[in-house]
Formats: sequence, structure tokens, C-alpha cells
Amino acid sequence: MDVTPGGAVRHHTLSVLVENRPGVLARVANLFSRRGYNIFSLAVAPTEDERLSRLTIVVDVESSPLEQIVKQLDKLVNVVQITELDPRDSVERELLLATVQADPDTRGQVLELTQIFEGRILAVSHELLTVSLEGHPTKVDDFEQLLRPFGIVELQRTGRVALARLDRDGDSRLRSVSGRAS
Amino acid sequence: MEMNGAQALIKALEMEGVEVMFGLPGGAILPVYDPILDSPIRHILVRHEQGAGHMAEGYAHATGRPGVAMVTSGPGATNIVTPICDAYMDSVPMVVITGQVGTSSIGTDAFQECDTTGITRSITKHNELITRAEDIPRVVREAFHIATTGRPGPVLIDVPKDIVDPKHPHSKLDWYWPSDDEVAAGLPGYHPVTTGDPTAIRRAAELILRSERPVIYAGGGILKARAADALRELAELTGIHVVTTLMARGAFPDDHELCLGMPGMHGNYTAVTAMQRADLLVALGARFDDRVTGKVDAFAPGAKIVHVDVDPAELGKVRRPDVGIAGDCRLVIEELVEALRELAAHGVEAPDRRPWRSTISGWQERFPLSYEPPVEGDALKPQMVLEHLRESVPEDTILCSGVGQHQMWASQYWRFRHPYTWVNSGGLGTMGFSVPAAIGAKVGRPDRMVWAVDGDGCFQMTAQELVTATAERIPVKVAILNNAYLGMVRQWQEMFYDERYSEVYLSPDLPDYVKWAEAMGCVGLRVESPEEIQPAIDKANEIDDRPVVVEFRTDSREKVFPMVAAGQSNDSIQVPPHQADATHRTGEGGR
Repeated sequence: MDVTPGGAVRHHTLSVLVENRPGVLARVANLFSRRGYNIFSLAVAPTEDERLSRLTIVVDVESSPLEQIVKQLDKLVNVVQITELDPRDSVERELLLATVQADPDTRGQVLELTQIFEGRILAVSHELLTVSLEGHPTKVDDFEQLLRPFGIVELQRTGRVALARLDRDGDSRLRSVSGRAS
Repeated sequence: MEMNGAQALIKALEMEGVEVMFGLPGGAILPVYDPILDSPIRHILVRHEQGAGHMAEGYAHATGRPGVAMVTSGPGATNIVTPICDAYMDSVPMVVITGQVGTSSIGTDAFQECDTTGITRSITKHNELITRAEDIPRVVREAFHIATTGRPGPVLIDVPKDIVDPKHPHSKLDWYWPSDDEVAAGLPGYHPVTTGDPTAIRRAAELILRSERPVIYAGGGILKARAADALRELAELTGIHVVTTLMARGAFPDDHELCLGMPGMHGNYTAVTAMQRADLLVALGARFDDRVTGKVDAFAPGAKIVHVDVDPAELGKVRRPDVGIAGDCRLVIEELVEALRELAAHGVEAPDRRPWRSTISGWQERFPLSYEPPVEGDALKPQMVLEHLRESVPEDTILCSGVGQHQMWASQYWRFRHPYTWVNSGGLGTMGFSVPAAIGAKVGRPDRMVWAVDGDGCFQMTAQELVTATAERIPVKVAILNNAYLGMVRQWQEMFYDERYSEVYLSPDLPDYVKWAEAMGCVGLRVESPEEIQPAIDKANEIDDRPVVVEFRTDSREKVFPMVAAGQSNDSIQVPPHQADATHRTGEGGR
């Protein structure tokens, strides 16, 4: 969870179910651009129901109030449900791929760091290593920070994906913020 | 029944009850024009696609039914972008059908190809590129459903040529007509609100009964929800004064004792100031537009807000309501009236509002709308022209306007007595709106007299549609207030740019409006002196077999007052110079 100096939560995670149809991602992206909302990260893929896709959008609520973002999203005809995922009540994951400088002097340190974080080595050359790490976004942040001094040549993060955490009864503790579209 | 996509598209429009459509054919949409020959739907052939869009809007404004326009791909589609955006801003129900290149050519930069759904994505309520002929009936039904329910708006359907071309195997389908359930199932994310939350409605009723200085702020949503009668009942039950925004003119009769007229940048003093001093604003189908609020932080600073809107996103978008109710305006007002009656039955009474009423009538007496009478030999005063016109037409006449000074004068000086008698471009402010919108309104309401009040700048943008009007025998009447300038821009340059007039002069004689009107098959009249005004209007009113254009030569120095300068607080409203002394004397009296 990213926090501003004042202590306010800056990034909120929205889990958005949309119809799995051409152009829907463009509609969502267009809405954010048109209304001046900032997307911090966005991940999209089909769900267990082939008619639906799930978008995990991390929005920067410094740019606009979350309520407006949700209400405007909800007006898109192809948006079926919007859920705000509270970080305390959800599981979040992100994947990082990085190609890092690893000459004979530093190679050992990069390998060690990757081991500590339980990452993997995906490719090796004389001077470079490509590593991957899957985990909570803050863990991925930490790993990226620690890799930087070695020299990151290329980096790709997926943006976070998230689902509501299950409670003891097995009911997910979602806070559905989706109103009714107009 | 097997048919081709073009036949299915036209049949679907017939099933939706479409009686008239406005359009202009071209390559990609050509196959769809063939079955029109066999259809009872009247097609009105425009001279420019923008005209088709504004006609569809005018038709929708006047009738409440969705306007339908059909154009070809590429430039046909881009030419109708302005009306689509206009309809989006003013929540006008409209269905636009655009041709598209064949599905196999999409993305290849084919002749007259453009990304129509991409271009119109942020200015339509919804749009859809149909890729299979079998989807046509469903998509058309969905389009009309979306355009006309919830907050109305434009929906665009993009139709590739191969799925409507009978020579192409892609165009074959078995006709069907989807049921309501099938439409709902096809739109899993679309659930427009209808009734409001009863608890919130009760809280709104309590706020109303506690307020000492309430004002009803009625917006265009009243008209969209067919809620004018409900609004009147609410106002009369509570004795609360009503302001009608530019989009709501006619929603509450101007001659009603509770009507304060138009608020906003060019609203009258009492409407603007009553909102500023109110302790409660009951906003019904209004969206706190910047032209109404002025500087938002300084808008109605002491007022609690009850906000009713069918679009939940409007609640809190600009001003946080104390009670926000998402729902259909008519249903919510009716429920509000019930709640108020119930509270009254339990003995809850409103406080004494006589001081507020007398404050309001004091403002009305001191600051009526007024202009300085013309000096003999000067050009005509535009307000005087409008007063003559107002007194010379049936009271259910539909008045259309373009955008600029003439629009503000028309809204200020007309006396609207009925809903759906005012057709204008509010949100987008589209110059050139009035002539085609008037044509569309007249097509929808042939029983009514339809006048377009236009500026000379506006008229030059879309006048060619009078050719359409003549050819189709649509007898609209146009009053051009010709001040030889882009008048509103001139006014701002005079007031805010040290009278440095940059690129606003248009000339009174070029073009010759009378000859131009006659060349388009209209009757053309010119009025230069006050004694010619009435005879010209009388003559225009007698002509019912062709369009009439009356050019009034008006005073280019005349400015629209009152005025709140852009970005200023509504407290700094400027009344016309001849009233300005009175402002100083009574500046305190408003509190």
C-alpha cells in the first residue's frame, strides 16, 4: 500500500469484471485518460467465465476521488462489477522479470539476492542474468531496489493482480462498490 | 425468415418505431439505402452530415423520442462527430448508424476508412462495431434501449459493408427480434436506476421542511424524465421558488409566480442571487455546470444541497450533496411529494418564509431583465426583436437557437410556458445548431410553429440545410439577429481584452442573407428599422409552405447582461450599466 507523506493511502486497487469483448480495455483506458485519472498499474486476463475478463487496476487517488472513478467506470456499459480491494482483505501478487549486469565480480551477489527473495534465474550469459520474482508487490519493490545498484538492463513488471482474501467461512469479504449504471 | 443485413437493419428500425431518419448516403452505407425505398420510414436527405445529427437532436428534443441519423464511413462519420458530442453533453437520446469498410478491410487504411468507434468512444453513451449480420437486430435493440433509458445519450452503431451487402455471403441472416429478457441478458453491466432510496427521500423532505431560504434548481433532467408536472406539484405544494437552467427552460412556466427564470453566467439577478443566498438548493436533474455555479468554491456558500440525478456519477462530482438521490427525476419528485405530505400530516411545518419571499420580490423589482431603449436612427435592439417575436407567435411555439449572444437573449426574453418548446445546444455550445435542429423539431412536431433564432455567425455554419427544408417541405422560420460580428466573442474582447477586436468582424452585407435565403428556396426578408419588425414577423408567420428567413440588422454594441465573468463568484454579478447604481445601493439588501 502506497502512502503519501500525510499518511493517506494513495493507491487503491479495483477489481473490475468486464465483458470479454473487443475494445473493452480501450474503453476503460479511454475513460481514465478522458477524465484525467491516473492508472498506476493495470492487468487484464480472461476469468473462469469465458464471457468475462477481470481487470486489476491500481489507481492513483491523488488525481481524483476514488468515488468518481468508480462511478464513471460503472457507467461503461461493458463493465459488469467493480470491487474495491482493501489490501488488508485481499491477496495481491505481481511478477517481475529483470535482466541485470552480472560480471564475474558481482554475479555471486546477484545470485545470492535472488535466492534470498526466492526468485529464479531464467537466462544466463557472460555478463548478464535474467531473473524473475513473483510475490507481493512490496516484496517485488524491495527486490527491484536491491537489484538496481548492479545495473538493470531491462525490466518488466506485470502490474499487480489481486483477489479478495477468503475468511473462515469461505465467503470472500468483498466490498462491492459498484453502483448501478446509468 | 432469411434476409440480408441491410434489410434486417431497416426492419429493426421499423420495429423500434422509427418514423423518420436523417442522413446522407455514401459508399460503405450504400447497401442499407436500398431497402429504405421499400420502407415506411421517412428519410430526410441532408446536405451535410452535421445537419443530420443536429436534426436528429432537434427531433429528440421536441418529441422525447430518439433521433436517428445514418451516414457513411470516414468523412460521413467524422462530420457527425460534433452532433454526437453535442447530444452526449446535453443527454439527448440519439442513435447514429455509420457505414464502415468491409470487415476484411478494417485496419488497412482502406478508402473512406476511419476508426469511428475509437473516435466516438468518449462522446457516446455506448458504441458498437457489428461484425456479424446475425447480430444486427440485437445490437439495434440494445442501442435504442441504452439511448433512451437511464441518463439518455447518443449510441453509435458502426456497420461494415460486407455484412449488409446482399451480394456478399456475410450478409445472410435468419431474422429474429430479441425479447426484453434477451436484451437484458446481452447487457449484464447495464442497470439504470429508477426509484430513489426512500430513506434519502425522507431526509430530503425533512431538509426542505427545515429550510428558511430554499430554491429549487431545475435542470435539463426534468425534461428528460418527463417530470415537468411533478416539478410543478412540488413547487406549489412547498411554495418554493424555481430556477430553470438553460437546459430546463420551459420545464416550469416563466409566468408562474414561483418562477425565477434562468440562473448562471447570463442568468437574471434574482435567480443568481437567490441561489447564492439560499440555505437549501434542491437540485433536480441538474449537474452544477460551471456556467451555473461560477467559481465553485463561492457558489451558494450557505446552502445545503439535495441532489437528485439519474446518473449516480453526477452526485458529488462538483459539489458534495447533503442528501444525494440517484433516481429518475419524475419518480423521485413524486415520492418526495408523498414524503412531504406525510410529514405535513404529522404536523411538521416549514418555518416562516415570508421574509425570504419578500427579499426575492425586492430583487425582482429592482433588477428586472432590462435593456436601454434604442435611440432613434440606431440599429435594432436584439432584445426588442425577441419581444416582438415572443408576442406574435402561439404560446406553444418551439424556439430553437444557436450559440452566443442571441441564444442568451432568446433564453432571457422568451416567456416559456410549456416544456419541450426550447431547443438549444447547452453543454457543447455548438454554433450552427439552430437551423438543422429547428428542421428536426418541425419534422417531429409538424403541428407546431417552429422559429430558429440565429446569429449571423451561426447561420453561416449550417444554413445549407435550408435547402433540405425547402426540398422536404419543412416550413421552419429563421430570425437572424445580424450584428455583423461573432457577438459573444466581441463582447468578451470589449470587456476583458481592452476592446482589442481580433477576428470577430463578419460584415452585415456579406453574404446577402435575403438573396441567400431566396437561392435556397426560402422567402427572404430584411428588417432595418423598428417599424418594419412587426410587419415582417406577421408576414413570416403567415407563410406555411416554405421556410422563411428574416434578417434583423441589430446593434453590434449591445451586450448580454447580467453577466458573471468566467471564473468569478456569482456574487460579482454585473447588471447592465443603467442598473449598476442600484446595485451599490442595495448590495447589502441581499442578505
